[in-house]
Amino acid sequence: MLPIFVIIPLGCAFLMPIAGKLRQGFCQVLANICGLSLLFFSLNSIHWLKSGLKIYYLGGWQPPFGICMVLDGLTVLMLLVVNIIGSMSLLYSVDYIRKFTSPAFYYTLFCLLLAGLNGMVISGDLFNLFVFLEITSIASYSLVAFGTEAEELEAAFKYLVLGSVASSLILLAIGMLLGHVSTLNMADISRSLSNSAAPDLVFYCLALFIAGFALKSGLVPFHAWLADAHPAAPAPMSAMLSGVVIKTMGVYALCRVIFNIIGFNSAVSSVLTWLGIISMAIGVLLAIGQWDFKRLLAYHSISQIGYVVFGIGLGTPLGIAGGLFHLFNHSLFKSLLFLNSGSVEFSTATRRLDKLGGLSSQMPVTSATSLVASLSIAGIPPLCGFWSKLLIIIAAFQANNFIGGWVCIAVAMVTLASFLKVQKYAFNRKAKEVSSNIKEVPFFMLLAMVVLAILCIAIGLWFWPFMELVITPAANVLLEGTNYAKSILGV
Amino acid sequence: MSLYVLCFILFAIGIYCLLVKKNLVKKVVGLGIAEYAINLFFILLGYRPGAEAPILDPNRVITDFVDPLPQALILTSIVIGLGVTALMVAIVVRLYEKYKTFDIDEIRRLRG
Repeated sequence: MLPIFVIIPLGCAFLMPIAGKLRQGFCQVLANICGLSLLFFSLNSIHWLKSGLKIYYLGGWQPPFGICMVLDGLTVLMLLVVNIIGSMSLLYSVDYIRKFTSPAFYYTLFCLLLAGLNGMVISGDLFNLFVFLEITSIASYSLVAFGTEAEELEAAFKYLVLGSVASSLILLAIGMLLGHVSTLNMADISRSLSNSAAPDLVFYCLALFIAGFALKSGLVPFHAWLADAHPAAPAPMSAMLSGVVIKTMGVYALCRVIFNIIGFNSAVSSVLTWLGIISMAIGVLLAIGQWDFKRLLAYHSISQIGYVVFGIGLGTPLGIAGGLFHLFNHSLFKSLLFLNSGSVEFSTATRRLDKLGGLSSQMPVTSATSLVASLSIAGIPPLCGFWSKLLIIIAAFQANNFIGGWVCIAVAMVTLASFLKVQKYAFNRKAKEVSSNIKEVPFFMLLAMVVLAILCIAIGLWFWPFMELVITPAANVLLEGTNYAKSILGV
Repeated sequence: MSLYVLCFILFAIGIYCLLVKKNLVKKVVGLGIAEYAINLFFILLGYRPGAEAPILDPNRVITDFVDPLPQALILTSIVIGLGVTALMVAIVVRLYEKYKTFDIDEIRRLRG
């Protein structure tokens, strides 16, 4: 059953231009069938995991020789992130994409993006992961440039240059590992490395991997492209980029390589926690002065990814659980905020906060959902962002990382201030010139936003059952470290 | 060993060209150089002096052969590289239409 996560979106991407030639409406229907069926299967995968680890051997070839696909706790978590946000963004696109000229190509690229993301998450082979990473990257470069206006092309070019530097660093690291262990299966690499240690080579590979994946996820010394690329894309695509792509391409791949293949140690821990702390602080400081709604959100993505990497970098069970929980929550509320900003732009044709105002009476649903998302990201109880931030902060103090703990608290305060500014300027103050023709956005856009807002509240209220169901198995995969090899190869 | 060092120097030249040069077309060329350096590196991993291609032949047994795995990988990597380069060239052409220049210093509408 596992290849279905790649087959469905890849098949839909292939059929999409044909459907678009026949009738425009077919694309919308096909894309949403694809999104919703992926959502259904990823919810089902929680159930599949109950009977233990699932491995699919491509072509029936056993691990060291063939490519395998693996479904473990971490994979289930990432599949949920990818497919919840993916299906909601596709639902939102139904009405939003009408203002662009070629919806068929948009949906083709979107389905390719989903295929790449699902493939990266489910792959058990390092080179296969790289191939899916490149599929994802190419789809996201071209979706950032989709509007083909001057700013969008410029942002896409910047993203493409830095993204391809990151890809080449990752490929170089894979090549060096391959030269030492002569295998590409992740579990087999891990076993070979534990049999014949080569500390210098592993150190060098680790540096290349961290640089490559940090560039892909926009952590602070490598963040220059993110604040240009994320606002330039169409709104549902921005939601995917900020909510899913930087996490799957950056954080997920980094965790898989560091924890399950190479092995976690205190040096890596300090690198990751410092990357996290710097990203948190600098991201939020850059965000607070922004007046462009989407650019502000993009800088907050840098800061929130800092929380995730900091939590995971602590390496304690509570820290990893908190980091992964924050990864999930951030994907919900940041996508919701990007969809809100898309709705505001759709109705008012501007994203400048100082030109907006008084939208809460004209766009009640957008305003209410954005309030939920703003409070979630700022960490107000009982919404979902509060619990994950609390877990990370407790984990930081338990691990005696006092600097990190205090930075987390301070950044949460500044985030709150920054989102109060958004709420005040965009929705609550009186508009300078009241334009009466601002209307609430169409039905499907509302539906996607409302579903995400309900998820934010529901996960906040029932966070403990959710932790037990999804987050704990995912954290256990990272905690068992290089024993991952044993469970896959069955040795 | 010296081959590997030369290969890394080629990679460094490519990355330098991609990141430092001001002209968009030179950046495209830089990306090409970096990609080919990595492809060369993979091929060198599988290379053994005097070895043959591993072809299954009923008449004789080949004992000394090069590692075919990196070559298979590089076929994939070349195709990916082609895709990225094509996309990059397309974006460069559209950028030239919008800004009437190839100079990256003049393409700066996004600030802050």
